[in-house]
Amino acid sequence: MSFIKKPRLTKGLPQNTLGLTIADYEGAMSTLCAGCGHDSISAAIVQAYYELDIEPHRIAKVSGIGCSSKTPTYFLRPAHGFNSVHGRMPSIITGANAANRDLHYIGVSGDGDSLSIGLGQFCHAIRRNVNMLYVLENNGVYGLTKGQFSASADVGSSARKGGEVNAQAPIDPVLTAINFGCSFVARGFSGDKRNLVPLLKAAIQHPGFAMLDVISPCVTFNDHEGSTKSYAYTRDSERTTVYADFIPVLEPIEANVEKAVTSVTLHDGSRITLRKVDDDYDPFDPGAATAYIRAHQAQGEIVTGLLFLDENALDLHRTKNTTKTPLNALESSRLIPGAAVLEDLQKAWR
Amino acid sequence: MQSKDRINDFVIKIATVNGTGSSSANTLLMKAIFRMGIPVIGKNYFPSNIQGLPTWYEIRVTEKGYLARSGSVGIMVAMNAQTYAEDLVEVSPNGLLIYDATWPRAELESRPDVTVLPIPLSRMCNEAFSGARTRILLKNIAYVGVIAALIDIDQDRVHQLLTETFADKPKLIDSNMQAFELGYDYTRSNFECPLKTRLVPMDAMADHIMIDGNTAAALGCVYAGATVGSWYPITPSTSLFDAFGGFCKRLRKDSDTGEHNYCIIQAEDELSAIGMALGAAWSGARAFTATSGPGISLMSEFLGLAYFTEIPLVLFDVQRAGPSTGMPTRTQQSDILAAAFASHGDTRHVLLFPSDPAECFEFAVTAFDLTERLQTPVIVLSDLDIGMNDWPCPSLSWDDNYQPDRGKVYSADDLSQMDTFARYLDVDGDGICYRTLPGEHPKGGYLIRGSGHNKFGGYTEKADEYQEVVDRLRRKFDTAAGLVPEPVIETAERADCAIVSLGSCDGAVREARDRLAAEGILADYMRVRAFPFSQSVIDFLTRYERVFVVEQNRDAQFCSLLQTETGLSGDKLIPVLSYGGMPVACTDIIDPMLEKIAKGKAA
Repeated sequence: MSFIKKPRLTKGLPQNTLGLTIADYEGAMSTLCAGCGHDSISAAIVQAYYELDIEPHRIAKVSGIGCSSKTPTYFLRPAHGFNSVHGRMPSIITGANAANRDLHYIGVSGDGDSLSIGLGQFCHAIRRNVNMLYVLENNGVYGLTKGQFSASADVGSSARKGGEVNAQAPIDPVLTAINFGCSFVARGFSGDKRNLVPLLKAAIQHPGFAMLDVISPCVTFNDHEGSTKSYAYTRDSERTTVYADFIPVLEPIEANVEKAVTSVTLHDGSRITLRKVDDDYDPFDPGAATAYIRAHQAQGEIVTGLLFLDENALDLHRTKNTTKTPLNALESSRLIPGAAVLEDLQKAWR
Repeated sequence: MQSKDRINDFVIKIATVNGTGSSSANTLLMKAIFRMGIPVIGKNYFPSNIQGLPTWYEIRVTEKGYLARSGSVGIMVAMNAQTYAEDLVEVSPNGLLIYDATWPRAELESRPDVTVLPIPLSRMCNEAFSGARTRILLKNIAYVGVIAALIDIDQDRVHQLLTETFADKPKLIDSNMQAFELGYDYTRSNFECPLKTRLVPMDAMADHIMIDGNTAAALGCVYAGATVGSWYPITPSTSLFDAFGGFCKRLRKDSDTGEHNYCIIQAEDELSAIGMALGAAWSGARAFTATSGPGISLMSEFLGLAYFTEIPLVLFDVQRAGPSTGMPTRTQQSDILAAAFASHGDTRHVLLFPSDPAECFEFAVTAFDLTERLQTPVIVLSDLDIGMNDWPCPSLSWDDNYQPDRGKVYSADDLSQMDTFARYLDVDGDGICYRTLPGEHPKGGYLIRGSGHNKFGGYTEKADEYQEVVDRLRRKFDTAAGLVPEPVIETAERADCAIVSLGSCDGAVREARDRLAAEGILADYMRVRAFPFSQSVIDFLTRYERVFVVEQNRDAQFCSLLQTETGLSGDKLIPVLSYGGMPVACTDIIDPMLEKIAKGKAA
């Protein structure tokens, strides 16, 4: 942890189409432990928004409580941030999105924040298909309270101190999200930025709830031998099934495809491409996807990539048929019916 | 037995089984009286149940316009055999009891001082109508006919009301009118009509409406320009969101596109409901939620967050009897302290105390203006009696010049002309800082947090920086005391004592003052309408030796709050409490007051 102010150097850095450098997307100096997976995710988030040419102040970043929920301070300084209460980030974003549908919303959470205290809100935000990116920084432990198992800890995973072995079945955020009808489900690894940034970009542009589970080792409490969320274990066990990329409207699809490529066109004409490693994987069939993930999990593998996608699912606003103008921008003259209408309404009560 | 004429001043209580459709019959009866220009109020005592348990509806006809529960019953309609015995006991001396005499009862209890009228309601309806459900529903309309004959309600008026109610289903007008006439004609043929206890048309309700507080509050939210509402169903607040949804469908659909200029979300629980409202208000929409009972406990954590991060939020707490699940369909004012200090740590919240549906409408608008002005939650403490019962109120009015007070918000223009923005600077010295809305301008971005922060919004664990922020929050609350609605004060020339009260106690207090005055005891009156207490509340309290504090909870919560917040001696504040779950009646106030006054004299 450091109180040193982060230097802001922009000279000579390349600019995106908005004329902003990657430094314009950064945040304050991280106070997390050196080597924390979360810092790599923050760096990937910075890069993804920079590469997508999104104005940083048009992003709202919201979190709950925990190590992961501290990270919005460490990226996108010009964005509005809200470090709220434990497990309740989804409701804050749901309300914010209801009020202003024009912003980009990123919710940052952890396995404690999402899968224990916040499991209800996590599931219900998925059900409502709130248009947001939900990043679940998954390390299997409670860091701030010094190393208790979280609900994502695998059976047989051991604690760093005392050697206690977890006996309770984990809650897998990916399987949970697919089960609740999540319209975009992906898993990445904080140690694999090359795949993480494209996943983030696709998730950001997805017009609905995009759940991105990122295995993000805790170097202090869960990176030892016997842990199933360590850097070493994750590197050995990761099986990337569907590589994803996001292609803006104007860019042609590159020709150097290795395996079968599926391209999904979004409403604005941009595309998400999916490059499958296993030909038999179907990222559009929730049942098949679930079966595949389960089968590989049973073999000790961590399936990563863009695992499920339904880009046509109606988001909250389309379900509610809300006006295209953000509700917070409606003039009061359009909202307040006036004295004559009030007089008319009262006839029913006379 | 009806010894004296009793005009426009009596209570009709109707005992039925819930789920049998009696509420529309009761509304019809009450509305007919209201249309005769006579002040009338209905109170529904219903079980927390869907079907099959006893339920009562009490209609108080009150020439003087008293709005409280009277505590006496002149005419009992005992339609529920299960509760017949207790219903009989409740009738006042010289009263009347009507029952369905279709099936003769071997042992029918009676009282020498109560006239019992047997009417074969089921038999008449079974003969006239087919279909089990129809017969049950129309039996209710038939007892309306019985009462109409007895107390002299004009048949045409009933016909007119039925025509309005069933404008879309004209067939039902005839069957309902037929059922009404069955009861009406039978009663006229078999008994002396009208009774000495009866109605005489007045002209007191000309510019009045009959409305419940939840409907009025919902309408207030529409008129305040609220666009986002999130809620979780819970009695007795549910009907507030039912009404808001209904009004929005009617008034907030874009005429060209059919799109909605509102967003209502039924949340998964109360935590989420308030979280959504907070997220929307953070984004600059006028947003609100409503709850009751356990909901206020569940929302406490977010209330603390909203207080500390200084985000506007309107919360309607339609109070019911606690603690815990308590009695969901009974009224109380027992959330006063829980609401005033909701959440851990040093928190305090602005409260508004409406006394009737008209004030629910007014205070809904006030609440949105105050919450955005003060950037802190405003809780409107209504209750089941106000929220779910139909009250006669002066017609609602609206000033088309109304401009919402959006408070201190820097616009994109403001920000573009500033070097830097910091969230918690007390620029104006009133404890209220300037905020920015997400997405407005690159200079407006900041990270809001429920953790310790300094005046720039940055994280802190330093004592002086933290204290500077929480001390300013306290000053902001002092500012609030000057902005909230002033108390309503009524004084006499030479008062013996004073009564202080709040919310739905108002009707009972007014009636109690009249009765006490008739016995030579003059009591001045202050109805407090908000917390924090303004200077005029303190000034009033200091003027009297003895102040009776009337409220509807066991622990004298309002009285405690007055003591701790004003620093006045506890000796002068004497609690008068009613907390059984029934709306307070004037006798609940008069009897303890007289006792305490007598004790005071003896000492």
